[in-house]
Amino acid sequence: MSDNNNQWPLWEIFIRSKNGLEHRHVGSLHAADAEMAIENARDVYTRRMEGVSLWVVESKDITASNPENMGELFEPAIDKVYRHPTFYDVPDEIKHM
Amino acid sequence: MSPEINLEKAFQDRIDKGEKIEPKDWMPEKYRKTHIRQISQHAHSEVVGMLPEGNWITRAPSLKRKCALLAKVQDEAGHGLYLYSAAETLGISRDEMIEQLHSGKAKYSSIFNYPTLSWADMGAIGWLVDGAAIINQVMLTRTSFGPYARAMVRICKEESFHQRQGYEIMMVLASGTPEQKEMAQDALNRFWWPSMMMFGPRDEESTNSELSMKWKIKRKSNDELRQQFVDNSVPQAEYLGLTIPDPDLKWNEERGHYDFGDIDWNEFWQVVKGDGPCNKERMEARQNAWDNGKWVRDAAMAYAEKQSKSKSIAV
Repeated sequence: MSDNNNQWPLWEIFIRSKNGLEHRHVGSLHAADAEMAIENARDVYTRRMEGVSLWVVESKDITASNPENMGELFEPAIDKVYRHPTFYDVPDEIKHM
Repeated sequence: MSPEINLEKAFQDRIDKGEKIEPKDWMPEKYRKTHIRQISQHAHSEVVGMLPEGNWITRAPSLKRKCALLAKVQDEAGHGLYLYSAAETLGISRDEMIEQLHSGKAKYSSIFNYPTLSWADMGAIGWLVDGAAIINQVMLTRTSFGPYARAMVRICKEESFHQRQGYEIMMVLASGTPEQKEMAQDALNRFWWPSMMMFGPRDEESTNSELSMKWKIKRKSNDELRQQFVDNSVPQAEYLGLTIPDPDLKWNEERGHYDFGDIDWNEFWQVVKGDGPCNKERMEARQNAWDNGKWVRDAAMAYAEKQSKSKSIAV
């Protein structure tokens, strides 16, 4: 029988591929604790030098936005074209701008 | 229209536009179930797929081959884990999936129910079995469900090494002594047809195909993929100087493809239904690994709990 209460918790794994770049989410895995999550992430996600640094975060600690609220969260940005440089007319002969 | 129908239409519109579906998005229940089934069975295939090759790790003919085989088997464990994680985003637990494998409710690729009798089988598996898997998996990098597609991209990047190391094994054997060449031919003879079966039933008999295409889970049919496999493999076999065991195999100028003979579908269904040469052995190995690993899982959990308790007391 499965015993979900005793299943190792799920961790989200983030990798910095090289110094100078940000950590990126690559997937998830199960581990009993943070230390084991780092060791497992090393084996599962960096077998070919994919990273120089790992973050592990327990999945339950992540709060995600709800796709149903996408409109109210992100639509306000759509009609604000004046936030982009191309909204403003500057003649071609003006350099360095 | 009922709200449910509206949602389904909006969902189909997103698929038709080529948008990816992410785990928290609304999706039809059948889309969720189909993915749980397909992704978990794909994961099981990776995990069970370690067994036939594990059989040869200690008997690899050189250190180079042993390193390659170990790395390949380790990749397969990794691929299984990427896929289990992708399936878990849809709300099924890891333990449930493993239980479905053990109870026989979930299937895995039948190819792994064939035995690996000689070292040449490591070559044939890499070349043909991984070759067939790559054709399927390259298509799946464009599948509509985001986590599945991303897992596939990662897997495809790693899989190419699997096929090349297999083909290299075949090349070395095929250009060796007559006995070695014979070993390579024997492995090809035994793995050709089971590899052809990996693409599943013929299109007209494939029950899940239509919906899979509509939802862009699959983008090519079983028969299209199988044809691609044949067309890829024939020149590769010719280069090796080996003969594909199909007397009906011949180039069709008009179609621009190779014609090939009939698959033994009785054998296919027999193995799917559990009566292949190694079904029982494979499941016993998985079940034993799970049972014998229980104390490790429990001990790790107990240790983690103890550590977190002593930490909170210290604060």
